[in-house]
Amino acid sequence: MPDTTSAVVMDADRISRTLTRIAHEIVERNKGVDELALVGIRTRGVHIARRIARTLREITSREVPTGALDITLYRDDLMRTAVGPQPVVRRTEIPFSIDDQKILLVDDVLYTGRTTRAALDALIDFGRPKAIQLIVLVDRGHRELPIKADYVGKNLPTNPEESVQVRLEETDGLDEVVLQQEARP
Amino acid sequence: MTMVPEVDQGPAITSLRSKDLLGIADLLPEEITLVLDTADAMKEIASRPIKKVPALRGKTVVNLFFEPSTRTRTSFEIAEKRLSADTLNIAIATSSVVKGETLADTAMNLEAMRPDMIVLRHSSSGACHLLSRICRSAIINAGDGTHEHPTQALLDAFTIREHKKQLRGLKVAIVGDLTHSRVLRSNVHLLTKMGADVWVCGPPTLMPTDIKRWGVTPTNHVEDAVAGADVIMMLRIQLERMEGAYFPSLREYFRVFGMTEARLGLAKPDVLIMHPGPMNRGVEIASEVADGPFSVILEQVANGVAVRMAVLYLLAGGAEHEDPA
Amino acid sequence: MKTLLKGGRLVDPANGIDGTRDILIDGDRIVRVGIDLPVDGALVVEIPRGLVVCPGLIDMHVHLREPGQEHKETVATGTASAVAGGFTAVACMPNTSPVNDDANVTAYILAKAREANLARVYPIGAVSRSSKGEALADIGDLRKAGCVAITDDGRPVSTAILMRRALEYAGMFGMPLIEHCEDPSLKGDGVAHEGYYAASLGLRGMPGACEALGVERGILLSELTGSAFHVAHMSARQSLRAVRKGKEAGVRVTCEVAPHHFTLTDESLATPLAYDTNTKMNPPLRAAEDRDAMLEGIADGSVDAIATDHAPHHYDEKKVEFDRAPFGIVGLETAVPLSLDRLVHAGRISLSRLIELMSVNPARIFNVMGGSLAEGAPADITILAPDLRVRVDAAAFRSRSKNTPFDGWELRGGVAATIVGGRTLYVNPASGLATT
Repeated sequence: MPDTTSAVVMDADRISRTLTRIAHEIVERNKGVDELALVGIRTRGVHIARRIARTLREITSREVPTGALDITLYRDDLMRTAVGPQPVVRRTEIPFSIDDQKILLVDDVLYTGRTTRAALDALIDFGRPKAIQLIVLVDRGHRELPIKADYVGKNLPTNPEESVQVRLEETDGLDEVVLQQEARP
Repeated sequence: MTMVPEVDQGPAITSLRSKDLLGIADLLPEEITLVLDTADAMKEIASRPIKKVPALRGKTVVNLFFEPSTRTRTSFEIAEKRLSADTLNIAIATSSVVKGETLADTAMNLEAMRPDMIVLRHSSSGACHLLSRICRSAIINAGDGTHEHPTQALLDAFTIREHKKQLRGLKVAIVGDLTHSRVLRSNVHLLTKMGADVWVCGPPTLMPTDIKRWGVTPTNHVEDAVAGADVIMMLRIQLERMEGAYFPSLREYFRVFGMTEARLGLAKPDVLIMHPGPMNRGVEIASEVADGPFSVILEQVANGVAVRMAVLYLLAGGAEHEDPA
Repeated sequence: MKTLLKGGRLVDPANGIDGTRDILIDGDRIVRVGIDLPVDGALVVEIPRGLVVCPGLIDMHVHLREPGQEHKETVATGTASAVAGGFTAVACMPNTSPVNDDANVTAYILAKAREANLARVYPIGAVSRSSKGEALADIGDLRKAGCVAITDDGRPVSTAILMRRALEYAGMFGMPLIEHCEDPSLKGDGVAHEGYYAASLGLRGMPGACEALGVERGILLSELTGSAFHVAHMSARQSLRAVRKGKEAGVRVTCEVAPHHFTLTDESLATPLAYDTNTKMNPPLRAAEDRDAMLEGIADGSVDAIATDHAPHHYDEKKVEFDRAPFGIVGLETAVPLSLDRLVHAGRISLSRLIELMSVNPARIFNVMGGSLAEGAPADITILAPDLRVRVDAAAFRSRSKNTPFDGWELRGGVAATIVGGRTLYVNPASGLATT
């Protein structure tokens, strides 16, 4: 096992306050939640989207439609590696029309921007939204495409050798964001 | 408000071991589950306004059909196109009298054009094994002789799973021309691997040798086969079989083995009636049963596309074969 | 030109010998057999310890494919393959193109054999014209031209009445009738043994009863006519049962088994290579019970001969779907290793018994010279190397065709040298025998 040093950069409390802050920003910027819909990018983006939806309901007493998007089939690195398994495909569930809606795409970490690019391609195949805004919990820099998040939980400058792990109670049993350094022996 | 239920458990494996899909015989239960889970994700694409994803963009898939087949071929073609693959359909009229290019020759000529995948349907058992030894492309068996028809069994399993949630412990009765059915062999492999209780039924003249070794319960009495069954699969009686003196007449066959409403009544109240198609109404199955409330025959057809998309997707990511021997 | 083979272990069951002997060859004959023979100007060949000197092996059932199918094999390549396999003589089947149903074809084959000048060739003539099963071939003519037996091999004689006539007629010349035993309607379009493996792989099957029906018919007609009847390539336990009963009743029935039928089973259809067309032959590889029955019959004397049914096919012809592939595998160059490894070393039979099966009995059935190392006999000698480790290498076969399922097999037992009419036609460099 490679030697790793890791540091918790966001704890449960911090994550909670950050998502609440983002929810308020959404309401402020869009002047309410009319024509808004949340679409989380699998897997953790979906849970984050749901939490935001819950907070929005508390703030505005309105239900914001929430869906789950699997971008596996739109990835630009599919089928490129000669060996190795393909990523697992899961169901996309967007049980509402996205035409003329303002879609809030939600992901846990924004890095190269390729996931977001794939999500945009996927969404366009579903319909013609009025606008798409991007929400991320962590922006770790090192963009390879011209992509920018509209709502950022935390800006976290990183090196390429580092990895950012987002853990959520729904999937990992606890809430935390960890910055991991992988030292190769 | 719809909160989508999240199934966050990853499957036990994430890829298929083999470069080809030659038969269910070579698959592990985990691999079968992977295909079904992936098909589940693929099924949703059919309900989108744009029924296309770019996953197989730039890949060439050849549908090489030596036997006529509208249903399976179109199902594969739709699946390939939904994944954005480039498809090439080659339908070869066969006649036992016509000699000419052998399968091996056809394959080697195709190979020169480097297709990524070849979907083969052929009248000889083992044709796909031959092709996989000659070609570097991934080979998908769309039905070889009387050997296997793996995508049919997978879509059957998918259909059953949608209704019954799991295959383990179900009583499945398969009735018909067992000797000549590739659908039978694939289904027996799949259902026994997944822990179902499989009964097979047909006249002794159409019962494969040593069938008990397949892990199924054979019987010549259809009432025993369907009693308490969760699923009944009817196999097609090929009218050409009459020449082989396998049974006296179609009328006799229907009387003894045909799926009638009366026999249906012996099964569980939520039984599923399945048929790989095309059906001979009044021979293996009564029209009322085929069109009745228990029939999921049309669902099978719809699910075929999703299952074939899953298979294409999972195999397309595989590495190229090494240079064939 | 005299040669003295010195100090080898001689196994000559026809003369009751199994012990150290010297053999003196003069020209094309054996002139003396004894202990410590004087050298007397002969060329001395020391037989290394472990090698076994025996009467030349005779393969009763070989397809040389000439005339007509020279892309698969010729008399020249076939007899080269034979001597490399330890055989000093082969009997060749008439299903050539044209069929060997008249003296001209027989003469052609013998001329080719003389040209090649390797193993002796004993042609077998057809029972019926073109083997069509309608009219008898000119059997007397065939006999005169040099045929030693008749058969319509490839298929059974078409009707019982024709077989009866053929047996009666050929009996007049002392020729046995060799039969490819099969009931065509039961065989149908079968391509493999009817059993678990064929059923699982979706291959149409032919049951053992299909062969046994032909055997029973032949035995009854042999009894009726008093003529000699020989079962070709026996494979099914039901056939063996019928042969045993026939022999007990005193019928003139003999039979042969091919090495693949006492080694392999129908499991080979599925592993190691599923649908390997080199496991397709007729009669097919059968179930373990049948293979074991063949082994028993070989051990207890019910089986008279081991014959390869050497059936060369071109690589392209076998590289097709199983259904479409022609039946048959080559066997001349694997027979000795398989027999030594699976019969002698496995403890089922003695070397003496093996020589009976591969030399004495074939000579007796055809009533030709051979099968013995008596003084005055032709110097047809096979020197075996029972302890030589052999790795089957199809690419190195002398046969033009390489269709074998045994490629790569590691076996214990091989051929050291093959001598025909006093001429050494093959020496195995790995055997330790000095090349003269």
